[in-house]
Amino acid sequence: MSEYLVNLKVNNIAVSVKEGTTILDASKKLNFNIPTLCNHPDLSVAGNCRVCVVEVKGARLLAASCATPVSEGMEVFTNSEKVRTARKHVIELLLSEHNADCTKCFKNGHCELQDLASEYRVGDHVFIDLVKSKDKILDISSPSISKDDSKCIRCQRCVRTCEELQSVSALAVVKKGDHQRISTFMNKPLDEVVCTNCGQCINRCPTGSLTERTYLDEVWNAINDPSKHVVVQTAPAVRIGLGEDLGYEPGERVTGKMVAALRHIGFDSVLDTDFTADLTIMEEGTELLTRLKRALVDGEKVALPMMTSCSPGWIKFQEHMFPDLLDNLSTCKSPQQMFGALVKTYYAKKKGIDPKNMVSVSIMPCTAKKFECGRPEMRDSGYQDVDYVLTTRELAMMVKQAGIDFMKLDDEKYDSIMGNSTGAAVIFGATGGVMEAALRTAYEIVTGREVPFTNLKIMPVRGFEGIKEAKVMIKDVKPEWAFLEGAELSVAIAHGLHNANELMKAVRAGTASYHFIEVMGCPGGCLGGGGQPIPTSPEIRQKRATAIYAEDEGLPLRKSHENPEVAQIYKDFLGEPLGHKSHDLLHTHYKERKRY
Amino acid sequence: MENKILKKVDYIFQETSVSEVIDIIIKTLAKSPDDIILDVIDSGLKGRGGAGFPTGLKWKFTKNEDNPVKYVICNADEGEPGTFKDREILETVACKVLGGMTICGYSIGAKEGYIYLRGEYNYLLPQLNKVIDEFNKQLKSKGIDFVIFIKSGSGAYICGEESALFESMEGKRGEPRNKPPYPAVSGYNSKPTVINNVETLVYVTMICKMGVERFKALGTKDSRGSKVFSVSGDTPTPGIFELELGMPLADFVEDFGDGDTKAVQVGGASGHCVPRKQLKDTIIGFEGIPTGGSMMIFNSSRSMYNVLHDYLEFFNEESCGQCTPCRVGCQQLLKGIESVKKGERKPLYLDELKKLASTMKIAAKCGLGQSVANPFNSIVDNFREEIIY
Amino acid sequence: MSNIETLVKDLVEKHGKSRNSLMPVLQGIVKEERFLSEESMIMVAKELDLSAAEVYGTASFYTFLDTEPRGKNIVRICKTISCHMKGKDEIIEALESSMKIKVGETSHDKKFTLLTANCLGWCHKGPVMLVNDVVFPEITPQKAIEVIQDYAKNSK
Repeated sequence: MSEYLVNLKVNNIAVSVKEGTTILDASKKLNFNIPTLCNHPDLSVAGNCRVCVVEVKGARLLAASCATPVSEGMEVFTNSEKVRTARKHVIELLLSEHNADCTKCFKNGHCELQDLASEYRVGDHVFIDLVKSKDKILDISSPSISKDDSKCIRCQRCVRTCEELQSVSALAVVKKGDHQRISTFMNKPLDEVVCTNCGQCINRCPTGSLTERTYLDEVWNAINDPSKHVVVQTAPAVRIGLGEDLGYEPGERVTGKMVAALRHIGFDSVLDTDFTADLTIMEEGTELLTRLKRALVDGEKVALPMMTSCSPGWIKFQEHMFPDLLDNLSTCKSPQQMFGALVKTYYAKKKGIDPKNMVSVSIMPCTAKKFECGRPEMRDSGYQDVDYVLTTRELAMMVKQAGIDFMKLDDEKYDSIMGNSTGAAVIFGATGGVMEAALRTAYEIVTGREVPFTNLKIMPVRGFEGIKEAKVMIKDVKPEWAFLEGAELSVAIAHGLHNANELMKAVRAGTASYHFIEVMGCPGGCLGGGGQPIPTSPEIRQKRATAIYAEDEGLPLRKSHENPEVAQIYKDFLGEPLGHKSHDLLHTHYKERKRY
Repeated sequence: MENKILKKVDYIFQETSVSEVIDIIIKTLAKSPDDIILDVIDSGLKGRGGAGFPTGLKWKFTKNEDNPVKYVICNADEGEPGTFKDREILETVACKVLGGMTICGYSIGAKEGYIYLRGEYNYLLPQLNKVIDEFNKQLKSKGIDFVIFIKSGSGAYICGEESALFESMEGKRGEPRNKPPYPAVSGYNSKPTVINNVETLVYVTMICKMGVERFKALGTKDSRGSKVFSVSGDTPTPGIFELELGMPLADFVEDFGDGDTKAVQVGGASGHCVPRKQLKDTIIGFEGIPTGGSMMIFNSSRSMYNVLHDYLEFFNEESCGQCTPCRVGCQQLLKGIESVKKGERKPLYLDELKKLASTMKIAAKCGLGQSVANPFNSIVDNFREEIIY
Repeated sequence: MSNIETLVKDLVEKHGKSRNSLMPVLQGIVKEERFLSEESMIMVAKELDLSAAEVYGTASFYTFLDTEPRGKNIVRICKTISCHMKGKDEIIEALESSMKIKVGETSHDKKFTLLTANCLGWCHKGPVMLVNDVVFPEITPQKAIEVIQDYAKNSK
């Protein structure tokens, strides 16, 4: 954007903004909010819903304020009679093709269209109800995402999300005119197409057309069944997102209140996925060092760079798009699934609970985890390792349904065992976090010293740049790691599948040489996951990231290998990283899926 | 047939060979690009596709863009119901279209030209390709650095909208873009682009041949030159006629009507319906009702409800569907008049629908949605009883 | 390679491996096959590195890029106002009863699909019928049936 300033008036008030600014943003600067639906800060400009139209003096047409740049001397009216009439018409038109059964809708109270209808006091519907004349197409084939055409307002945010942010394009706009709709290839069910279940479309859907498949009833039933021992685990990014759905501003850490709320709700054991995040570092770090050793010392042909495997959306993406690179993925299960495998074995044994009476629930910032827990490989405990996955949003609903006054709760601590964790685990929730955690541990294992970054903060791997790179020089190693002496460890990090796609193309083409790559399927990492509170934006994700790093710095232990429960589980149960038991419970394999 | 009142002119369809057109080009290219553009501006030539933007200005804006790659595009996606002149032009005098494109290319600094031909006219392809090949060969032999290609549409009225046409050429859905940027800045492949209607480009060749003054002598101050009209409906003489612009509609009806004319739809489905009582006061031209050339005549045996219903069905199917006012508005207008006809809604509902149409006129994203109000409001205003009963 | 695979590869070769080639490639397939099968759209997506949904989304925008199975010959009757005024309904009725299919349907022998079209640009000579790429202006019910019978004979 140029530095040149443009002078204009909005509702008779003068303002100067940079050339290229939209009318929408210029108005915002004067505290005039213009309603929008198709517009989203993460996406390209569409200008198709027309709810943001404004009047420009001298122009025959109203201008879509999201899509129209300001010009010198422009006089804009954001609330003139013409504008109000047009806006009301647009809202009424959208309602006429929208299944407005709001009280029965999963998004009731969280719907941008509902908000607008209420703002504009749309009373009796003026126009003819078009929903009745259309086929109702409800797709609940996916374990993660539910797609209800009758609630779609064709804003195309989901299509742009799937294309621009995720490079998947499982959804497209199809047909035209009154038959136009958002669809998969040939209207196939979502579970038969390239959908990665990332849920980013859900995060940006203004209505209830795209929502997570909910398992709230199943979880409540389990909790209310006295014969069941219901265990819950919470992912790192939940604790810094949940507050947004319960009255807090973005960036509030609510770990202690969340634990208290889970107990109030009635979970029998309240445990932390962070524990298995630490364990992941032990397993994955060892795996990386082993791969490097096999490559450098034994001269074996080993798949490098090694890539992280925590993000199930990313995993499915890779299975569809880059099946030739599946060997590069770490064989480690995601922390959720490691946890699931251990809770029905190790935890059950320690606590003397029959695993067949256990119900394992996880709270995730993620919708892809709902798919992941149902993968046939994820039954190594002899049962389905994780029974139900709820999103951060669903947990907030549970808290409300349980009548818990969340803000007034006192902080509580996780149960033990499998409830202890380090700062290294917490930062799994932000892009670059797994890499940072891995480096903190691996460097120390190899050299016996802490990573050479102030206060353990490995800044080059932090932040929201699409693809980040870092190099770490390894010197003065311990004798058993002599083969790494003088080596420069080269790593890369991508978040959001669009960036992952770019990085993978470079890896496939051989133009990028790294040892280790972290990929998270969602923009910003798990903190921007498809199960996190809505809305999302770069600013909101930045606040969540700040909260995550603050949580890390506030913890007494910040390196995974220092987690005493991790040491204990190796001693009591697993033996050693990559050992026999680990192999059985904590590692997995991947399968090629069709891109088309 | 001889007209009683209106004088027929014959510029467009005058037979011309490829070599004659090449000669016109060579003669014209002796001038500087700026001088040619000045001539085109001076001629008062306005776009013949319907919107009527001054052709010379379009060229000037595009020339002023600093970009090594620019395009000239001939919009041959003639889809407006009632319009069939471009097909006739391409069938009989395609080389003049190519001439206009070449002159434009030279003037703005473009080396490639494309004709976007609607899929419904695919049968013209073999013949057109022959003319284009011959033409390209001659250009090359004369050392003129310009090549013309042809691309086909596949049945989508909206692709006649210039930015939708670019999208279609780029292999996408024909969804109109936000404006600005305009084609002069960012058109096909995001490069500066001039897009002109078939007929406009022929007039460019004619102006270069006969000189600006002779062209200016035709028509009126605001509507210079002549225009090809597509005449259909209740007329004893349907067909294509080149007439001077600026004529009163009453004179037209006198010449072309069947003596029982009830209304004339000027400008196709997206144009205005002029009832008999307004014929006298209506001028066909940019000072009155502009038109892409479609003149559809209805006599008293026709139900204007059916006419409007046909139009609305057409828009319902041909709306690209991306913007709310057009996608949903068209459905509401259609279902609305149906429900009034059936007595499910009161006649007063027509006034709600007219307000909706007026919103569409100013809030829809492109010309399609914006123009639905033209037929809707003009037919409902003038033939309200026919809609209700 | 299947026929369709060869066809798609040839078309992509001819028009180039870029998104701008999508329309001519799809048009080329429709010219040979009369419609775009799932298989063919997937092939195109692969060749042009697009998602299958994007190809379907683009194809389904265009009336002439059918994604449903069509007969060997596609008969389109213009249904827009001028042709309506000149009797397109009678043409459609005549064809429906002689071909024993309704508009939108394909005959059992897969020889014909009967469709309507928006303005075909022959308003002065309506009603008009388009069979594949060939135009028949000022058609009468009788003439329409004869034309179809000719096509039936010539396309075994």
